[in-house]
Amino acid sequence: MSTRLQNAGRLIDRSKPVEFSFNGKRLRGYQGDTLASALLANDQMMIGRSFKYHRPRGVVASGAEEPNGLVNMGQGGYFEPNQRVTTQEVFDGLTATSQNHWPSLEFDIGAVNQLFARFLPAGFYYKMFIHPRPFWKHVYEPFIRQSAGLGKVPQERDADTYEHFYHFCDVLVVGGGIAGLAAALKAAKSGKSVTLIEQTADWGGRAVVDGVQIDGQSAADWVAATLATLGKMANVTIRSRTMAAGVYDHGYVLAYERLTDHISDKSGVRHRLWRIRAGHVVAATGAIERPLSFAGNDIPGVLLAAAVRDYVVNFGVSVGDRTVVVTNNDDAYRTALALKEAGLAVPAIIDVRPSGAGPIGQVAERAGIRVLKGKAIAKVKGKTRVTGVQVCLQAGEGSVLEEIACDCVAMSGGWSPVVHLWSHCGGKLTWDDDQAMFRPDAARGPTGADGKVFVTAVGSANGHLGTAAILRDAGLDATTNEVAEAAIEPVWMMPQGAGPKLRMKAWLDYQNDVKVSDVQLAAREGYESVEHTKRYTTLGMATDQGKLSNINGLAILSQALDAPIPAVGTTTFRPPYTPISMGAIGGAARDAIFQPLRRTPMHDLHEANGVDWEPVGHWRRGYAYPRAGEKVHDAVNREILNVRENVGLLDASTLGKIIVKGPDAGRFLDMLYTNLMSTLPVGKCRYGLMCTENGFLSDDGVVVRLADDTWLCHTTTGGADRIHGWMEDWLQTEWYDWQVYTANVTEQYAQVVVAGPKARQLLQSFGGDLDLSKDAFPFMTYVEGKLGEFDARIYRISFSGELSYEVAVPASQGAAFWQALLANGQAFGVMPYGTEAMHIMRAEKGFIMIGDETDGTVIPQDLNLGWAISKKKADYLGKRAQERSHMTDPKRWKLVGLETLDGSVIPDGSHAPAAGTNANGQRNTQGRVTSTYYSPTLKRGIAMALVLNGLDRMGQEIEFQNDKGGLIKARIVDPVFYDKDGAKQNV
Amino acid sequence: MSNAVSALNGKVAAGDVTVAEMGLQGMISLRGSFDAEDFVATITHLVGVDFPDVRQIVSNGERSVAWMSPDELLILCPYDQAVSLTAQIAEALAEQHFLVANVSDARALFSVTGPFAAEVLAKVAPVDFSASAFAVGEVRRTRLAQVAGAVWKEQDGSLRVVCFRSVAHYTFDLLATSAKAGPVGVL
Repeated sequence: MSTRLQNAGRLIDRSKPVEFSFNGKRLRGYQGDTLASALLANDQMMIGRSFKYHRPRGVVASGAEEPNGLVNMGQGGYFEPNQRVTTQEVFDGLTATSQNHWPSLEFDIGAVNQLFARFLPAGFYYKMFIHPRPFWKHVYEPFIRQSAGLGKVPQERDADTYEHFYHFCDVLVVGGGIAGLAAALKAAKSGKSVTLIEQTADWGGRAVVDGVQIDGQSAADWVAATLATLGKMANVTIRSRTMAAGVYDHGYVLAYERLTDHISDKSGVRHRLWRIRAGHVVAATGAIERPLSFAGNDIPGVLLAAAVRDYVVNFGVSVGDRTVVVTNNDDAYRTALALKEAGLAVPAIIDVRPSGAGPIGQVAERAGIRVLKGKAIAKVKGKTRVTGVQVCLQAGEGSVLEEIACDCVAMSGGWSPVVHLWSHCGGKLTWDDDQAMFRPDAARGPTGADGKVFVTAVGSANGHLGTAAILRDAGLDATTNEVAEAAIEPVWMMPQGAGPKLRMKAWLDYQNDVKVSDVQLAAREGYESVEHTKRYTTLGMATDQGKLSNINGLAILSQALDAPIPAVGTTTFRPPYTPISMGAIGGAARDAIFQPLRRTPMHDLHEANGVDWEPVGHWRRGYAYPRAGEKVHDAVNREILNVRENVGLLDASTLGKIIVKGPDAGRFLDMLYTNLMSTLPVGKCRYGLMCTENGFLSDDGVVVRLADDTWLCHTTTGGADRIHGWMEDWLQTEWYDWQVYTANVTEQYAQVVVAGPKARQLLQSFGGDLDLSKDAFPFMTYVEGKLGEFDARIYRISFSGELSYEVAVPASQGAAFWQALLANGQAFGVMPYGTEAMHIMRAEKGFIMIGDETDGTVIPQDLNLGWAISKKKADYLGKRAQERSHMTDPKRWKLVGLETLDGSVIPDGSHAPAAGTNANGQRNTQGRVTSTYYSPTLKRGIAMALVLNGLDRMGQEIEFQNDKGGLIKARIVDPVFYDKDGAKQNV
Repeated sequence: MSNAVSALNGKVAAGDVTVAEMGLQGMISLRGSFDAEDFVATITHLVGVDFPDVRQIVSNGERSVAWMSPDELLILCPYDQAVSLTAQIAEALAEQHFLVANVSDARALFSVTGPFAAEVLAKVAPVDFSASAFAVGEVRRTRLAQVAGAVWKEQDGSLRVVCFRSVAHYTFDLLATSAKAGPVGVL
């Protein structure tokens, strides 16, 4: 059984016991424990079940590479699935539950899957579920969803908070082992700003566990001293529990700091995502031990050799009383010796190498450990935990020579450098035959904008496994107490001649249940590319992204394909290194600051007035102002009739306002607009259209000439930023020698439309120095001066068809101005009106709306706006495009008005069917509704539509779809439904 | 002018780092050719502040001039001087190609004051706020999470943040949230 040892455990504080629960069981651990070590200390060997076969699974590793130990963490708003027990530290009150089983961890119905394992080979899903086709959607997929998946989806909103942090440094050192510490010290001493991050809570990495000596000091002392030196340097930033998740172009690195995951107090920021710009990245990310592929290598109690050592040395936890070590290299002997030293039994070291280990082999034998050379494990005995191993010859097919009883197997298949950060931005790898590993190819590193390599791998991440070599690689020459090691012997299958039965039980990917036999089957079925094989077999596609399985898997593939390993290559290393929380990615952006909400200066007044909001871009605009008990639709009708009879107020502050000034401003605007703006007299307003280079209508608005060389361009609400950018784009890239400046002053002004027969009276009631009479202030002109106490610029323009003024005041005066309009307007029956009333009134007048009548495929000519297109100009943006044959085709649909015969309202977007079908077998159409409303003025449904030969069909009937599958009869009419002569707006 | 109210009317989020909207502030946007004859002399004379170097803000009393781009300045003055100063600049530069606009009402100005003020900003803006990279007098146009903004550092180490008026609430909430979450311990 696994248990806590009396002594040992350098990371745990035995004076600080903590209580936590697993599957409702109350268990005890110590501060400094990981959840993995604490569970093992409580003899909780089995932690979950595998994804496909629901095989019992226990921890296999002690760090970020762990594939099995995933649990549901926390409760309620703190619940999160798939948390790794080997990286989760325990704290008082931690709650965790196991995943992927039903009804319980110990008894699981899904485990029946493994009885059918021979029927569930690689690519099973692809082969099985493809026929009959409808079954996928209705039978297979729902069933698979039910049984698949790791962990549960959180049910409550996340109670934690997160944040981002932008950070800059000359050198970012990733990894707090001896290589990282040495590299950081070297860089720091050169005066560079250095940031050193370590993913765990602990510094020193393997060197401390393995008890190496550096310049006569113990590794622990050397690490402490180096860390202290770095800590005193002002140019060094040090963070533990911070993982570099990904390296991106231009030295951009995302690092993931976990601030409260290890403590009971969850009040602070949980995760911080560091967005780092580093001049240079040093990847001192170490190496990961590889499993060996023998039958039963997934049974709980089979662990990586170094992990078994970690649990003893770091946490004082023994995985078993009797541990058999199986290895192809010298390093695993350290585990045997560490166990011996802790008073535990090591019945045998099974070493595949006929000549055994280097000097450490003799040390082991002197310590009384039996070393079996040239041997292998044929099979591990046990179901939910290891009970023994069968020993065979590595060179043979698995005939059992003897059985050794044990409750733990410590395996080592060699080490793979953690090359992820090196590879994220394109660093290439080279296969090192002597050490049986892929390592960074220094000649082909990831390059930055200057063509220079911006990531350096050092230490074991760079393929160095000896202490002195690691330190030398990081820039430190040191003497160590190392002894020579015998060479590793690559072993990809154990025994090398294992038959089908053994191969079907030899796991490569523990989480996704991919076995040696699956990869071999994929090769037989023609999969040659490692990327394809990965996807076909799901090898390395689990949440651990194949940290343990990839190299073994591709080695098996290379054997099956009879191709050398480097020819097969690796799959692509992509960020993040280990999963990071969605919360960290979102950062602080939630609730009020999830997205910016733009407010006009009158926003709060509208809200207090019971407004019904409509989102327009990031703005909120008042759709209508329903009164108590009034329906929104009724409010819209009331607002319209009031504008037509009395006077209404519209908050039009969101409309874009761009000043264009300079000697070439007139010429510039003549290019931007389809009509002439250079000829507009000072003091006058003119409606204009803007098109894209392709001729399509892009924006519209009223242009005002403020001075000889100055124009003010109004744009649509959504066009303000876009059109300003459009202007600058042309000025900066195409017409850079034109003397024009632009300024987007949209937000400088609160702008209110005062519309209705009594509009003039209302404005006149303010007093001030402006003559607002009909003759002094005619239609399509503007005046500037004092309106009462307000600094106003008033444009006499109308979008409603009524006598109408748009009054701009400084935004800071906007709220007061709106209130004054409401107060002064009492006598005139003033009411605010919203965007819907504005939309309906402009439709009654036949005015187009960008986004309704236009959709990016409509040209001004389609909308009968030829009057706003200058024939005199040599050029304007879109002119050439509008001369193309398709644009001048008389069959282009034209804008018309529609009056339904029965007075009803045609649904928005409705099409007019035509005879026959098109090439796709769809019904032909001859028209489409672009705007449709109930007009309270005309007391009937009105619409605007684009219709084939529309202008030639005035007075004719046409049918449009209703929303019940039927048709509505309508008459084609002039789109100007109201006051065609403009008498009302011209009073 | 008695009707004029700034976007948040002086709203304050007090804490270890305090975020405060600073009320009405005169701001004038000026575009022109800095190389043009007398441009620098004219502005220096009218505003009464030395001409700023690239990415610098220079102050004298209640007035400042900030370098915004190779052809754009932001002039800060008391709110009630903005209209007349804008007119004076327009008159003085009349012979040149330029654009001057009073944008006092289009903006909101915040102070961020306290021991980790720089970190409050470093959580929302991709700018190196370390003392060596972002000194007193440095001004940066940048983004504040999802909106445009500008930041500079005052003599007392506090920061000033400018954003568009319509997103004043967002920016205030953003800075206040960032301040409330506490220091990072780096800057």
